[in-house]
Amino acid sequence: MVVGIVSYGACIPRYRISSEDIARVWGQNPPLIGKQLGVFSKSVPSSDEDVVTLAVEAARTAMRRSPVAGDMVNAVYVGSESHPYAVKPTAGIVAEAIGATPNLTAADFEFACKAGTAAMQSCMGLVGSGMMDYGMAIGADTSQGAPGDALEYSASAGAAAILVGKKNLIATIEHTCSYTTDTPDFWRREGQIYPQHGGRFTGAPAYFKHILACGRDLMKAVSTGPGDYKYAIFHQPNGKFPLRVAEELGFKPEQVRPGLLAPEIGNTYSAAVPLGLAAVLDIAVPGDRIFVTAYGSGAGSDAFDITVVEAINSMDRTGPSAVRSMIERKVMIDYATYAKLRGKITMGGASR
Amino acid sequence: MSGLAGVRFWRETKSRYNLTGNRCGVCGTVFFPPRPVCTRCHRESIGRMEEHKLKGTGEVLTWTFVHEPRPGFEIQVPYILAMVRLDEGPALLAQMVDCGPGEVRIGTRVHSVFRKIGEEGKSGVIYYGYKFVPD
Amino acid sequence: MVVGTGITPFGELWEHSLRDLGIRAGMEAIRDAGITSSDIDALFVGNMAAGRLIDQTHIGALIADFAGLAGRNLPTVTIEGADASGAAALHHAYLSVASGLHDCVVVGGAEKMTDLPDPEVTEITATALDQQWESFFGATLFSMYAMMARRHMHEFGTTREQLARVAVKNHRNGALNPAAQFRRPVRPESVLEAAEVADPLGMLDCAPISDGAAAVVLCSAERARRLPGPQVRIAASAQAGDTLSLSSRRSLVGFDATSVAMERALKLAGRSRKEVDFAEVHDVTTISEIMAIEDLGFVKKGAGGPATASGMTAPGGELPVNTSGGLKARGHPLGATGIAQIIELVLQLQGKAEERQVPEARVGLAHNVGGCGATAFVHILEVA
Repeated sequence: MVVGIVSYGACIPRYRISSEDIARVWGQNPPLIGKQLGVFSKSVPSSDEDVVTLAVEAARTAMRRSPVAGDMVNAVYVGSESHPYAVKPTAGIVAEAIGATPNLTAADFEFACKAGTAAMQSCMGLVGSGMMDYGMAIGADTSQGAPGDALEYSASAGAAAILVGKKNLIATIEHTCSYTTDTPDFWRREGQIYPQHGGRFTGAPAYFKHILACGRDLMKAVSTGPGDYKYAIFHQPNGKFPLRVAEELGFKPEQVRPGLLAPEIGNTYSAAVPLGLAAVLDIAVPGDRIFVTAYGSGAGSDAFDITVVEAINSMDRTGPSAVRSMIERKVMIDYATYAKLRGKITMGGASR
Repeated sequence: MSGLAGVRFWRETKSRYNLTGNRCGVCGTVFFPPRPVCTRCHRESIGRMEEHKLKGTGEVLTWTFVHEPRPGFEIQVPYILAMVRLDEGPALLAQMVDCGPGEVRIGTRVHSVFRKIGEEGKSGVIYYGYKFVPD
Repeated sequence: MVVGTGITPFGELWEHSLRDLGIRAGMEAIRDAGITSSDIDALFVGNMAAGRLIDQTHIGALIADFAGLAGRNLPTVTIEGADASGAAALHHAYLSVASGLHDCVVVGGAEKMTDLPDPEVTEITATALDQQWESFFGATLFSMYAMMARRHMHEFGTTREQLARVAVKNHRNGALNPAAQFRRPVRPESVLEAAEVADPLGMLDCAPISDGAAAVVLCSAERARRLPGPQVRIAASAQAGDTLSLSSRRSLVGFDATSVAMERALKLAGRSRKEVDFAEVHDVTTISEIMAIEDLGFVKKGAGGPATASGMTAPGGELPVNTSGGLKARGHPLGATGIAQIIELVLQLQGKAEERQVPEARVGLAHNVGGCGATAFVHILEVA
């Protein structure tokens, strides 16, 4: 049975802070830092935005552009590493907000930056096995980087929702596969605000190893090479890694750039690959083949082989819901405002 | 603040999340929030009120910038409160977000978005609901 | 008939508790009336929020107890109508005497607002709004009036300068009132430059947080004739209501509850508007007074700003408004205000208002509003 994408939606908060402004506060090299990381600004959520609100907006956009009614969605999974509640699923609130309650299964996923794609795979299984017709997979994050740490330049906020089904498809998913290990490259203990990471260990033994292995497994399974694809989307912790891993796999920068949003909005963690996919779907035409490999620390990769079909032309992919519009619709803020919005300032009053 | 404060708002989740109001089956007037009895038809409308989901589009009737906040809203100061006339008829009060002072005028067209309204402290329930942004 | 009055100063009264204040006002009213405790048939107390402000409900019982009246098993009740609780208590006290059930009653209003920090008091006054659909989204009482001000300015061209004139007038009047919370005049520039509360209203456009109590003794006309104190007749005690939320109202620039209560009051008193010599209106914000003189019908809707600017409502004008200083300058202990307004009317009608005296005052009007206009009372008092 063919399983694929019925609809999709994205949500990127308006606020941005530049890498230069962050560098200035922490005594690093403002003009150089953007070029070093390949990240020039990142998205910052407002005080009334969180993973729940971003996920809802993305999911609602996906629903609005599809022929599917809320009560036909029988699964909602939200992947994030910054769910507002440690216990009480974001997915339940999203389900209520899209009118999918009460006849559905829901749960929250965590696998660092690949929780969103893991959610996609679960939806594919539920739909592909005939258990249901439609499932919503969402990757959403409002991740935090410790002040002054390298991750502060990239940890950002965003969400993308992918409605998975077997009818009314705008793109088919030919194959998915994964590569998972136990690797301590990046983690956050329960109760800690900021994550920790292994510095340069996050490169070769982590990001590159898993993406290379998984990406090659995918192409072997479907007998393709990099040249068969119009677009290649990779997890994007910064603006450099995706281009380097692409090159190692044999892809060209032009295939990667349309799905590479990190230079402008930073690393949206669980939303990174789903948002890259949404950006590509916004401009894809029927027949385009898309190579996707996500990566989540801890560690693992999920890869997808996607082909766009005719029905995508009947979807309204323009206007304020387009990923490019959301990226352009920005308001720059300074470090003080950013610190206030992200709760990095110790407030007065009783702490409970 | 007790652990049950969230229950009081849970009852209205459908209205708060999805702008679900109701409509009088007799005269067709749309209400938000939903009312048990139509204000025009009174007794005749009992048992004839139908659930009705509003689109969330409308225009600004009036607004203010709040500088002295309610407790819990300090981080948003100054925030914009607006009275919005929804296209289906009823008016409601809500915050306006993602806009600066010059962008809100009487008559500005707006649409609803899903945002966090507040929370019962750092360990309590989080309240979500509608706010509006300029079109 | 109002036969005695008593009032405490209004302000931040750190040394005094709610019970102190209630009792002081009550004792003064009783003394003024020349009655003794055995003459009292019942006690009515107007109070909005002691339950949250000082964790105390059952205020009627509290005041009776500490005034030494509990031993007589006096009937007491606390009446709540947001910040019209004072007028509401008066209304029900009046009904009890007019019906013949009681002959002589004490009715007071009291509020203790300074035992909590200001932000919490802001939250508590917001409970007079629609909790679920207004306060929940961050609305405060002043923000609601601010929205009405903006609409009023949009529809009628009312200006901030005209709003400021209300504050300037009331502070000048308050300076002449020994019981007022604020006793210094303010300049128009100070009002316009004051810290913002909710655009377009600033600090000096809004009534303060106050402690205070006020009480009057009411009795039948027959009984009043035998007493030594004031003799002022309540010609009308009228009330009207409206929807709780501002968003469900017909108008965003006035209160129908006020207009309807006014019509009812004039009818009960058998009087026309022209016969009203002066008024105490509910200026919880400057725009409130402007809307009030319109809704009460003294000027056309929309003309309140220019009328105020022309001096119509100033001392010596056609219709002096808020000679006591109003809620703005006299202060606004929520439940006490309604009674304090009545006391100003009584003082004026007796010719005892000294420097604030309205010449030949024969008919006075008091207008008290709950929250953002869901409740309005109009009382008309006249010389007996």
